[in-house]
Amino acid sequence: MASGNPVLEAVDQTLKQRRPPLDVVYEWVSTPDHKKIGLMYIGYALVFLVIAGLQAVVMRIQLAVPNNHFVSPQVFNRLFTMHGTTMVFFMGMPILFGFANYLVPLMIGARDMAFPRLNAFSFWISAFGGLLLYFSYLGGDGLYGAGSAPDVGWFAYAPLTAKVFSPGHSTDYWTLSILLSGIGTTGTALNIMTTTICMRCKGMKLSRMPLFVWLMAVTSFLVFVAVSPLTAAQIMLTIDRYLGGHFFDTQAGGSAILWMHFFWIFGHPEVYILVLPAFGFISEMIPVFSRKAIFGYPAMVAASVAIGFISLSVWAHHMFTVGLGPAGNTFFVFATMVISVPTGIKIFNWLATLWGGKIQFKVPMIFSIAFLFQFLVAGLTGIMLSAAPFNWQLSNSYFVVAHFHYVLVGAIVTALFGAFYYWYPKVTNRMMNETLGKWHFWLFIIGFHLTFDFMHVPGLLGMPRRIYTYEAGRGWDTLNLIVGIGAIFQVAGILCFVWNMLRSYYYGEIAGHDPWDAWTLEWATPSPPPSYNFAVEPVVSSRRPLWDLKHPEDPDENYE
Amino acid sequence: MLVLGVTAVIFLVVGGLLLYAVIRFRHRESDSKREPPQIYGSNQIELSWTVIPILIVVMLFLSTTRVILETEAAPKPASALDVTVIGHQFWWEFRYPKLGVVTANELHVPVSDPAKPTPTYLEMTSADVTHSFWVPRLAGKMDTVPNRVNTMWIDPQQPGLYLGQCAQYCGTQHAKMLLRVVAQTPEDFARWIDQQKKPAGTDLSGNAAAAEGQTVFMHSACINCHTIAGTVATGRFGPDLTHLESRETIASGPIENTPENLRKWVADPNVMKPGALMPSMHLSDHDLDVITAYMTTLH
Repeated sequence: MASGNPVLEAVDQTLKQRRPPLDVVYEWVSTPDHKKIGLMYIGYALVFLVIAGLQAVVMRIQLAVPNNHFVSPQVFNRLFTMHGTTMVFFMGMPILFGFANYLVPLMIGARDMAFPRLNAFSFWISAFGGLLLYFSYLGGDGLYGAGSAPDVGWFAYAPLTAKVFSPGHSTDYWTLSILLSGIGTTGTALNIMTTTICMRCKGMKLSRMPLFVWLMAVTSFLVFVAVSPLTAAQIMLTIDRYLGGHFFDTQAGGSAILWMHFFWIFGHPEVYILVLPAFGFISEMIPVFSRKAIFGYPAMVAASVAIGFISLSVWAHHMFTVGLGPAGNTFFVFATMVISVPTGIKIFNWLATLWGGKIQFKVPMIFSIAFLFQFLVAGLTGIMLSAAPFNWQLSNSYFVVAHFHYVLVGAIVTALFGAFYYWYPKVTNRMMNETLGKWHFWLFIIGFHLTFDFMHVPGLLGMPRRIYTYEAGRGWDTLNLIVGIGAIFQVAGILCFVWNMLRSYYYGEIAGHDPWDAWTLEWATPSPPPSYNFAVEPVVSSRRPLWDLKHPEDPDENYE
Repeated sequence: MLVLGVTAVIFLVVGGLLLYAVIRFRHRESDSKREPPQIYGSNQIELSWTVIPILIVVMLFLSTTRVILETEAAPKPASALDVTVIGHQFWWEFRYPKLGVVTANELHVPVSDPAKPTPTYLEMTSADVTHSFWVPRLAGKMDTVPNRVNTMWIDPQQPGLYLGQCAQYCGTQHAKMLLRVVAQTPEDFARWIDQQKKPAGTDLSGNAAAAEGQTVFMHSACINCHTIAGTVATGRFGPDLTHLESRETIASGPIENTPENLRKWVADPNVMKPGALMPSMHLSDHDLDVITAYMTTLH
């Protein structure tokens, strides 16, 4: 770790000394360091991943056989509401922001985010939003007047959320926790945008930024634009519920459709907010494990930006069944189909990066390849659903549930697992175990396909989502049982993953600063990076600064 | 179906390329230590995989638009039957405005002869929250949104029973808001309509239990929510009971319509369908018996 600078070495020494536990806690809760905040984001998201995952398992047990009485309808409705809300707002966004917090400054050669204190504030306000949501459970029925957990569905269609249909306070917990999370994510998005614009090191032109940073910049732009309408809608809903407003109060002339527009103009960009960072992970991992530069970098950037813009104009494809009329429907069919063009460009460019490479099947890479395959399927069912007549039949059926879980789990979570294996050595200076990693991969992927491949079929057979039970004899029984069995495999896979992370922290092979022979700046600094990231501010002259160092005879800058 | 074909072809082509690349270009032990040749991009190739998808998208869009217009902008034939569908938590109300018939949960429609079509046009709205009318084998779904009227049409060509259910989460018992559509021959349908038009029989002199049940019914809160045509019961919050016995199920589909089930249902709806909005009236066993006897006369 010799930085060659006696002052910094002294700082390193001080940081290494053992300190009383309370000091350590104090340091973590008060830290403005982007790496610590990133890790807290990830840790907190993993806790919610486990909670919301268990909720899904309970739902699958309930649906495994027809006419089951494992949980009551009320409990089931709370389960799917909490599962969706948690996974989107308190698992998906925080974990991706966690990675962004950790990696963006390192990748662009900065010492921290542009606004470190805003960063800490954003994290804590989001975290408290999650705790507030779950406090609704602890409040219990009537106890402390807190009501029970929300049961209005994660998109909480008006007027089901009106006071007359949802008395009690559970809906208020939902509204307020999302309001808080919205403030936190907006803050972080602002921070990431500013950081990518203002904090790049010397030579790091926009056209040389790693693709992950580009994708996080687009994501942050989307968060900025899309989360605000949701926050506004939550305020309007609260006004309806407590101050006699009538925005969504259909009995007094309000509009149920208005809520749908507000929600989905957030809700559809949200899908891209979650998937673009996953594209970022894949765009970093595939080149390194194929041993080739990314194919068509400018096209990749352009496609990302195009996806960002187009994704703002497709929201009403969630509303093909509310009677928008032929003109509205055709517009949103077109916008939705068009987004498959830049997405296709990305898939082809990843394929072309593999082409002619020397592919190393390390754990991050096998997750990346699974991502490519699963994202392809998810994209294609997406094209099917974008055709409005198809959608009239399958909207709100299990086909849709299978489709978006293919995106969220098959693409995003799969890419995330790859990212964990890829950057874990940077954070801990330990490698994660390859054998356990392969167990994790195979168990999880088998479980994923059992669950979500078979989930398409009951949808085609007419099974709507969000039903707590169903009658025998509709042809849904066996399929739902298989779906439930898949969940067991996924849980087993996740157990391997958690065990692998814990075990490797103590016993993993020492990684060194660049275990994958990679090319971006985060691998140029020690593992784990010191609090100041880089002892000397780096200067870059191409997209792959470490390639240039390793191959001085043939540097990248000759080709850009 | 074009959409399915196109996506299947894309899947095979791209999936095949992926598989080929992964196998062909895997790292082998025998490989030299040198890095593979670095390729940074190719304008021609990238242009081709931009333009081809654009063409596919335009083709899919045009064919989709044609289907949308054929479905949503189809002219309504004069022979069409009009039905108003009203979604309620957690049951369906069906009104035939031109025929003066009101029923619940089981929609009867005539089968349509392709040579002389008699499609059924549905005007849809909701009494409370958003629901969605979905009978998969007849048509796609359409939401019933409060404060808004949507329309759709169905055109069944085979007689029979078509099952469906609410497809938009609407509260606790969303799962048991089932739908039954009975497509009948024109003669059977006309017979059904004639039967439904009659008011409930009031002559219960031969059936003491039913007569007592009617008295109990008309003197309790039942009449605030239920209609029985020809009596003082004119409530509209719950299903119309005038011809309850002509329906095969109760509670919007999940429960078979038998006297035992009816009695159990009236005793406490929340046992059979937890979350249903009909309250238990705390009737005595005797009152339950006579009310059930009365209900079973409502043919």
